[in-house]
Amino acid sequence: MLSIKNLHAKVEGRDILKGLDLEVQAGEVHAIMGPNGSGKSTLVHILAGRDGYEVTAGSVSYLGKDLLSMVPEERAHAGVFLAFQYPVEIPGVNNVYLLKAAYNAIRKHRGEEQLDAMDFLAMVKAKMQFMEIDPSFLNRAVNEGFSGGEKKRNEILQMLVLEPKLALLDETDSGLDIDALKVVAKGINRLRSPERAMVMVTHYQRLLDYIEPDLVHVLAGGRILKSGDKNLALELERRGYDWVLAEAAA
Amino acid sequence: MNMTSAALRPYVEGFKTLETAPAGNAPAWLAGLRRDAFARFADRGFPGERHEEWKYTSTRPLEKRAFSLATPAHDSVSARDIAPILVHEMPVHTLVFVNGNPVAALSTASSAIRGLRIFSLNQALEQNAVVLQPYLIPESVWADDAFTALNTAFLKDGVVVDSDAKVQLDRPLQLIFVSTHQTSSLACHPRILVRLANDSQATLIETYLGLEGAANFTNSYTQIVLGENARLEHLRVQRESLGDFHVSRVHVSQQGGSSYLSHTLNLGGLWVRTDLQARLEAPLAEAVFNGLYAVNGRQHVDNHTRVDHLAPATRSNELYRGIIGGHARAVFNGKVVVAKHAVKTDAAQTSNNLLLSRTAEIDTKPELEIYADDVKCSHGATIGQLDEQALFYLRSRGIDLQTARALLVEAFSLKLLERIPASRLRAYAARQIKTALPRQSAVAEWA
Repeated sequence: MLSIKNLHAKVEGRDILKGLDLEVQAGEVHAIMGPNGSGKSTLVHILAGRDGYEVTAGSVSYLGKDLLSMVPEERAHAGVFLAFQYPVEIPGVNNVYLLKAAYNAIRKHRGEEQLDAMDFLAMVKAKMQFMEIDPSFLNRAVNEGFSGGEKKRNEILQMLVLEPKLALLDETDSGLDIDALKVVAKGINRLRSPERAMVMVTHYQRLLDYIEPDLVHVLAGGRILKSGDKNLALELERRGYDWVLAEAAA
Repeated sequence: MNMTSAALRPYVEGFKTLETAPAGNAPAWLAGLRRDAFARFADRGFPGERHEEWKYTSTRPLEKRAFSLATPAHDSVSARDIAPILVHEMPVHTLVFVNGNPVAALSTASSAIRGLRIFSLNQALEQNAVVLQPYLIPESVWADDAFTALNTAFLKDGVVVDSDAKVQLDRPLQLIFVSTHQTSSLACHPRILVRLANDSQATLIETYLGLEGAANFTNSYTQIVLGENARLEHLRVQRESLGDFHVSRVHVSQQGGSSYLSHTLNLGGLWVRTDLQARLEAPLAEAVFNGLYAVNGRQHVDNHTRVDHLAPATRSNELYRGIIGGHARAVFNGKVVVAKHAVKTDAAQTSNNLLLSRTAEIDTKPELEIYADDVKCSHGATIGQLDEQALFYLRSRGIDLQTARALLVEAFSLKLLERIPASRLRAYAARQIKTALPRQSAVAEWA
């Protein structure tokens, strides 16, 4: 589904990614771990199409298409979704409006009919209940005045509504208490399916107690240094990253 | 005379025509009033850029054109033409003027509302129904600038609203001033007088609509006099065409406990200047100024506001928001004056501006003159661009760039709408903004 080859990227003239390779198949959940500043967030932002990153070498193919040549909305239409580490507050645009506009834009791209307003609302409300979000949030401005946990739950709600093919989750567990983490994990797990892939960037093993990854990668110095199964995450939790760096240097 | 004769000539000729026209039933004093006003205008000339109040707005574009006086023969407008500006959200009284001339066929205002009278200015003059003379002579408290003098000199028609005490106007009064396409451009000078006696209330919707191809000059002057505890909500929607010149001036005098709530939407026009001034003359008078301006292309819009706190415990609150794209230029100047004895004044002013292109320009300036102690005055001005993070967030959800930009521009205008308390009036204002905004935000010029 997603094939990243030898990706090099700069931010403000500084090399961040230095030859990153990653293969993700449909149905897989990948966890990308690594020390601060290793390029984890850069990677998912580049995949989602954010400005400000200069790709200097390498390629990203998504469902056979050149992902890097697509603008962000085209990527979304093609099924890419980024759950933000810091969801953006947008005063003056309400949640339900955004959900509906996004949902209809994606359906339109797929050649599907737009959902009737009542059916749409019923669908969204059911998913809000699942994510334990109060219905009053529908008519609030996007993320404005939401607590950290509410913002993260709102990201997952959007994901449940938009049903992406490739979900990129950027530190979705950061700043969550254990109860909120369980709800967020429940939402993510609900979307696991053989047709869908997920790439989770995380700092801690904690999230992986609730969402079991198929593959765990260590990203450091702009490259994937080591890959393994879920046990690698446990080992990283125990031993930190230094041994991986040392191993790679050897 | 200190103006160039070329710029002056059309006005001199126009004034001659006006003077030689049959006076009809107009009162005898009117001719003298006009003559004095024209002499003041000719003496003063259009304000130059060295005039502090006109620093960022040159009247040269206006001076370069010759406008002739509109006559009723120029009117041919159907209900369909004015449909975009009509209020559907609630029942209203409507008075329609085309190039300054009243059109009875399109108007629905009733003059027989208990305790409140609505006239065309001509009617009021002819019937001597309201004592108008004091209002037509510029009071010394208001600076008599060239445009007010010009308005008085060419005074022909307009609207007079006059109430008794304790009257509530049953539905809003909408005034529609239409500017139409002409082979030679026209000038018109509508005059509006609204006098609400003690404890009376009304809503006035003052609207300007320029039809396709119009390139006229509208110079309106609105005087508002509010008695004790009177309340006026005043929505002004300016949607002149992209060839129109528009000058409007609103002067409000307020007695104790009165409340004036203004929403000014400057959404059209080629060259626009609006002045809004309130004098809070007695304790507990309150003025709220809300404004939105949206310009693009080569448009120029200048908003000047001024509040004079002349008595203790008066309050003013002002929010103006601007959306400027293309090569457009906007000016906001908000002056607040607190007189020496106006203690416990509470004045707040905010100006927020959104620049949509590198070539757009805004000059925003708060001016506070505070002569009293023990007052609460605040002001703030911001100039920004569309939030790149918010744009990316929306696009990452599948919303295309154009729509995302439009959405954020609309969201920016929402703060203004939130300040219109009456829901149906708000809905009307929202519709007007929504129709005008796409043109503003469609241009993506951050190249």
